[in-house]
Amino acid sequence: MVIAFWICAALAVFGALGMVFSKKAVHSALFVALTMINLAVLYAILEAPFLSMVQIIVYTGAVMMLFLFVLMVVGVDSSDSLTESIKGQRVPALLGASALGVILIGLLGNITMTNIGFDQAYVAYDGNIDALAGLIFTKYLFAFEATSALLITAALGAMVLTHREHAEKPLTQRDLSVLRFKSGNHPGSLPSPGVYARHNAVDIPALLPDGTMAEISVPKPLAARGAIRLIDLASKDEVQALNRGEAVITSQSTDRVEE
Amino acid sequence: MNKLIGAAQGLGAFGLDPLWLVALKAVGIFVILVLVTLITIIMERKVVSWMQMRVGPNRVGPGGSLQSLMDGVKLALKEEIIPRTADRAVYWLAPVIACVPAFMTFAVIPFGPEVSIFGTATPLQLTDFPVSVLYILAISSIGIYGIVLAGWSSGSTYALLGGLRSSAQMISYEIPMGLSFVAVFLYAGSISTSEIVAAQAGTWFIVLLLPSFIIYVMAMVGETNRAPFDLPEAEGELVGGFHTEYSSLKFALFFLAEYINMVTVSALATTLFLGGWRAPWPISLWESANTGWFPMIWFFGKISVFIFVFIWLRGTLPRLRYDQFMKFGWKVLLPVSIGWILIVATARASRNIAGFDTATTARWLLIPLTILLFISWIFEEVKNRRSKRDVELVEDEIAEFDPFAGVHPVPPLPGQVTKSEKSALQVEES
Repeated sequence: MVIAFWICAALAVFGALGMVFSKKAVHSALFVALTMINLAVLYAILEAPFLSMVQIIVYTGAVMMLFLFVLMVVGVDSSDSLTESIKGQRVPALLGASALGVILIGLLGNITMTNIGFDQAYVAYDGNIDALAGLIFTKYLFAFEATSALLITAALGAMVLTHREHAEKPLTQRDLSVLRFKSGNHPGSLPSPGVYARHNAVDIPALLPDGTMAEISVPKPLAARGAIRLIDLASKDEVQALNRGEAVITSQSTDRVEE
Repeated sequence: MNKLIGAAQGLGAFGLDPLWLVALKAVGIFVILVLVTLITIIMERKVVSWMQMRVGPNRVGPGGSLQSLMDGVKLALKEEIIPRTADRAVYWLAPVIACVPAFMTFAVIPFGPEVSIFGTATPLQLTDFPVSVLYILAISSIGIYGIVLAGWSSGSTYALLGGLRSSAQMISYEIPMGLSFVAVFLYAGSISTSEIVAAQAGTWFIVLLLPSFIIYVMAMVGETNRAPFDLPEAEGELVGGFHTEYSSLKFALFFLAEYINMVTVSALATTLFLGGWRAPWPISLWESANTGWFPMIWFFGKISVFIFVFIWLRGTLPRLRYDQFMKFGWKVLLPVSIGWILIVATARASRNIAGFDTATTARWLLIPLTILLFISWIFEEVKNRRSKRDVELVEDEIAEFDPFAGVHPVPPLPGQVTKSEKSALQVEES
């Protein structure tokens, strides 16, 4: 237990320091996640399995994930600039921080914790989770409900603040498809060289089942430049013959192409 | 103190194994998971090819059965390419984070009852503690980091989009998944896996809690990024999604993690809803079906049924559109599961406090609820028709309202009709 404590405590402090000193925001978020997981292990060692699991699910799994979600958009190759934006703040900040450190270490180092009612709760309620549930839903019910009301208020507030009334109704998938057909343009993706084509080169049009050319299958810039290569008419006959179900033997192995 | 908690919770059989037995069980689980992954991959390829009327892999080993082993070896020996824009440390760490939690979750899955290994009586489960289902949720939420970080650290747009999608998707589907467990906890009276299996000695929870089971199955497909919910790696849109830039052994680790996660969620569904390692009905009439090593057969049989369903879904359904998928999670699964928990909790409370049996509770709960739903449906329907008629009446009289006429766009007041609404109405009429 003591060994586990020193490993986890060292890792947690390492995570905290890494969070402060890493230049990339995502690295900082990862170090915080490391600290939180180590705190969860510490809780588990201290015989609080429920708290330990909830720590990972809520903080590592949900809160840090949402942070990461936002930070990821920043991109992989950007890092914080280290130029001092407020001049002369480093020395006072360092002094203040070390003063706070001295106070915290002096105060917290002298506190001895005695757990009150821990063993009684275990015996009375038959185990960790039962004890937690028993106490939360009987003795501390009001505090629990008040906290949940606070959380729901916060969630509702966030929804109200981010809610946006559409000036016009957004078009649905159905509206969009109706518009697409009404516009008179080609509704789907343009044809690519198909089964009847003798070539799939980009400047040769696809052949339709009746042997005629589908000129929209050639990209517009090529057509505008006049770089379109037409198919010779022999292949049209072949296609029609194929459509009638007759076997066709091509007279030439290579395609004859007209400019 | 640990032993005291265990004894109090009925988990007295755990935490007493000698060290060599713990190591043996851990290695055993690792080997089983790797083997199951190999079998699952070959099974997937064979079943999908059967569904698509192809032959499938048939070159390596008898009937192509060693194909996935060869593919694994090939993947490991391939050249590794790391993009220059990648964040090296995180890029290296991501597949490890994806893979390790996948193995860890299996520590609390019960494979069978108490057996004797080299003369030591021990349950067929690595360990169990009072919060083991929460442990599974916690560990799988760490596993998501692997995918998200892989997407970010690759330094590629496709991978980043895949990572973003997967983090949003996993957070959204973890909530209905967790809520579907609540009903099971209420009925089992425990969060430890071995006790949930013990609570299903009579009736399986799938019979009692069918809506929870359905919600869980949908959420588990979303959680494992499998078709039709495989948006983080949608080939048509994102090339390979979060693992676009990964190759060689690192890609193999993601592959492994995905398949182990599939097995894990199937094992969890088996444990929570299908009676765990308990034999299904006609076999359970045979007395020794639930003793010794036999239950492992039933357990893996149930898991393979789930795996088959996963493959079946992949072979049948097209991929969902991303916004429809999120809408389904938040606006359908979440309210339905909260409503269902409310019903279950009411039924439990009326039984525990007032002493009603299930049939009485169902009668007094379901009949009024159905009537209430029916009345509210009629109410809504009448309201909708009336408002539609009003709009139709005013449509001809009122000039089209242009929200962008002034400096700021303003929403229409009651009775005013915008252009898009008018065209939508015309579409509905025609």
